Parts: sequence; C-alpha cells; structure tokens
Amino acid sequence: MTSLTRHESATAAGADGAAMAMRIVAESARLLGAPRLICVQSAHIDGALYHGDAGTLFAEELVRLGAKVAIRATLNVGALDLMGCSKSHLSGARRDMAKRLMLAYEAMGCEKSWTCAPYQAGHRPALGSDVAWGESNAVAFCNSVLGARTNRYGDYLDIACAITGRAPDCGLHRAENRLATVIVDVSGLPAALFGSDWIWPVLGTLYGREIGTSIGIVSGVTGPVSEDKLKAFGAAAASSGGVGLFHIAGVTPEAPDVVTATGGRLATRITVTPAMVHAAQAGLSTIHGAASIDAVAIGSPHLSLEELESVGSLLASRPARVPIYACTGRHVVREADRTGLRKALEKLNVIVVADTCVVVTPILPDINGVLMTNSGKFAHYAPGNTGYDVVYGSLSDCIESAIAGRPVITNAALRP
Amino acid sequence: MTPLKTEILIAGPAASGAALVLSAPISFWGGVDPFTGDIIDARHPDRGRNITGKILALPGTIGSSSASAVLLELVRNGLAPAAIILHEPDAILLLGLIVAHEMGWRTPIALKLDRELQKGLAEQVTISADGLIAA
Repeated sequence: MTSLTRHESATAAGADGAAMAMRIVAESARLLGAPRLICVQSAHIDGALYHGDAGTLFAEELVRLGAKVAIRATLNVGALDLMGCSKSHLSGARRDMAKRLMLAYEAMGCEKSWTCAPYQAGHRPALGSDVAWGESNAVAFCNSVLGARTNRYGDYLDIACAITGRAPDCGLHRAENRLATVIVDVSGLPAALFGSDWIWPVLGTLYGREIGTSIGIVSGVTGPVSEDKLKAFGAAAASSGGVGLFHIAGVTPEAPDVVTATGGRLATRITVTPAMVHAAQAGLSTIHGAASIDAVAIGSPHLSLEELESVGSLLASRPARVPIYACTGRHVVREADRTGLRKALEKLNVIVVADTCVVVTPILPDINGVLMTNSGKFAHYAPGNTGYDVVYGSLSDCIESAIAGRPVITNAALRP
Repeated sequence: MTPLKTEILIAGPAASGAALVLSAPISFWGGVDPFTGDIIDARHPDRGRNITGKILALPGTIGSSSASAVLLELVRNGLAPAAIILHEPDAILLLGLIVAHEMGWRTPIALKLDRELQKGLAEQVTISADGLIAA
C-alpha cells in the first residue's frame, strides 16, 4: 500500500498533465511495493527515443494537458541527429513521428542535451541525493561514480517523475539496498592491464554476466581509473547483466574499502582469472579472422571531448579507408566546432553522429557488414540492432583498422 | 474446477479466451513484435505463437526498460492479450497498461498467479472483473 501526502493526492485528483503524471508515479509505486513517494532532485529521460507511435501520442497528450517538468531534466538520445552532423535513414511517417516525439519532450521543458552521457554534459547530481534517471549506462554511472541514488526509470515513468518531482521510495533509493553482496576479485590480473582502455568494457561485460542484478564490489584494481574508463565499464555491465550500481574498492565513492561497501556483511566471492578475461574479450566479437571491415563505430556511451580529441591524434592526419562513426553529444560537438576538430576529423572520413547513435537508429549503410568497435555496449547490441558482425578492439586498434580497412589487432592480450 | 482467486494487479474488464501459458520467461522488448503480437525472440521456446486476444500467462519476465513501450504499442494497435497473468508483478511491463489506461485506451486486466498454478490452466479460460479464473 502506497500512502500519498495530501498534496500528492490533490495533484493526482486533477485533470491536467501533472495529475496524469502523479497517477502514473503512484500506480508504479503501488506495483513496486513502495510505502511512499520521495522527492527527486533531477531526472534524465530516456523516453524520447522512438519505438512506435503510441509513445509519441502519450508525450503529445502530456503537452496538450500543460505538463512541464518540475525539476532539472536532461534528455537521452533521440532517433534523429537534430544537429545535422549525420543522416538517419528513418523516413516518411516514422521520421515525422520520431521528430514529433523529440519536440514534445523539449516542449515540456526538458533540456536539449540529447546525450546518453549527461554526467559529462554538466548534469552531475550530488552524492547521496535522490534522482530519477533512465538509460542503463547513465543509471550505472549516476549511482556508482557520482553516488547519487536512482533506480532504472524506463519509458514513461521517467517523464512522470520529472513532472511530479516524485519517485517511488524503494530499491536503490534506500541505503540498505546499496550494499555489495558479491566481491569480484581482480587482484590476480596483471596490474598493467588496468591502465589500458580496452580492458574496461571487457571487465564490465564479465562483471555483468557474473553478478546479474546483484550489487557487487570489484576489489584489486590498482592505480587511478579515469571517468571514461568507469563509463565504459558501467555501460558494458549494464548491457550484459542489468547492473544499476557497482562499487570499485578505492575508486567509487561508496566503496573506500570492501568492508564499507559490504556493510561488514558476508559476501560471495568471485575470483577473476586471466582465462575468464580472455573468454569475455573473445565473446565481444561475433566474427574472428575477418578479412576486412566495413566501418568503425565508437561512442557508446557518447564520446567525451578528450576521447574525440584522441581520435584525431591517433589518426595523425591519415585518412580512414572505411568510415569511423563517432557518436557524441552536442556538448562535445559545440566544442569540436569551435576548435575546428570536427572539420578536421570529417576530412579524414570520420562521421560525427550527434544527438543519437548508430545502434538506436538506422545510420549505418543497410548491409550485413562487419563493424569494429571499442564499446562493450555496441558489441552487445550491434549484431541484433544493425545486422552487422562485430570485431572488438581497443580505440587505437579501431583507428588503425579503419585506416587499413581490415582488423588490426596489436594488443597480444586481445588475440584469441 | 473451483474458480481460482487471484490478486488483481491492474483492473480491467472480464475476459475469456484461449490460454497461452508460456514455458519460459520473456522480455517483451525484442521478444514480442508490437506490430503483429508474435513472439519473435529466437531463443524463446514459444517463438512463433501469437499473444493477441489470449489469456497470456507469464512464468516470469525479463526486465528491459522498454517492455512498457512494447505493451503500450500492442494496446494501441489492438493487439494486446485479453488478460495478462503474471507470476509476480513487473512494474516496468505493467506501466504500459497504466499509461494506456491514462490515454483512454481499452486495457486488459492483469492478475497475479503463481507460475505452478499457471500450468494447471485449462485451454479455454474465463476471468471475471474481480479476478476469479474459471475453466
């Protein structure tokens, strides 16, 4: 039974958009077994990606009823590149409905951020604050790296929370549900591995597959870990296992050490061996020994400015033989336009994709080709969503492969 | 058989029809085609069956945060099941019905029934609006 405050009940009894949103939040709370609603400080909204006309009609109904977001609300990707950097093949009525959907969310007062990495576009809620975020990688980053508290708010509930400023009080909003029950011990891996970029999506995939939706803590990581690496780890873990919160001992804010992150309670231990890493890494590719590749796709989650800059320095003025699709947010595009980076990259056969990405909307040529990526999330979703086979490799190998037009795997640990 | 009393998760009209008791958990996102009602998950044992108009019993659901979107599309396209029976409430999936109801679209009733009891459902099932299941 969910009890609402007088104010919440009064809102729900109305006839406007806020009333509809409050009823949606309250009904969800009832199904989730939440005793009450809590106030949330911000939202990140995944609902503006087109799946079908019903989603557009719902958003437009909210607009018609005067709904506005009550808290800061950033938007995840849509199905179209509104910046015009790249072209989606979505056409006709579906394109119109996808556009209408994006405009409806903008009309409700959501920020036109259009990125799956809002945490690198200035949306960084405080440690311990309650928020309502959608998009699995953003949820994982928000909970784990920022230490703000959110469940996975999917389509429709995300915008309802943003309009009401409320969310069901359950799950990861509660401190007791954030403690780790599984220790994933990586101390048996060579320490140098943690400094390379390619290991993090591999570890994330392995981690997600091993622990599913449980809360775990990775122990045995040495050296500093950049935000881009944590971003890659979380995205891979969320797509392979539905991970909404992870801890890394000595790295993430709720895990200064294992005892703190587990609350001192007994936890199951999984010991990661080099063989497990090799298997997970090999599993990210769906094709081995391909003679050529048709494209490279990077940027899931969206590239940071630093990552886009490193594409430039790795290319070192050499043109790519096959296109490199570099997915990022407009917060990065603006900066890259200011410095001339985008133009320079485009001359070398880099296609910057803004506001969206190549696995959620048809941007890649419609062939059953071979795609190389450094993203665990792209590796997971590209075969099903695009029909492309996937070769997984580090960023520098992706760039060298794009120049050569065939897979170039230089890292010994990456060879099968 | 004596009518089974179930818990109503989402209220809806009485329903009757052929029971489709799935033999494995399903993810609606990527598992059910919103434009046909067909089960399309290549790895699902009931692949190729159609859920439209059925008394659909689910032994489990696999959470994708877009499951609600698929169910909402099914309702709008007139392809929803006549009733949905769940082993345990899946708030994300049922959000599709909550939103459909808010949109004024006709939504099926959703009930909670243990997956072991689901296996005993007859081929044709009648469900009353107060959640009683009769063969």
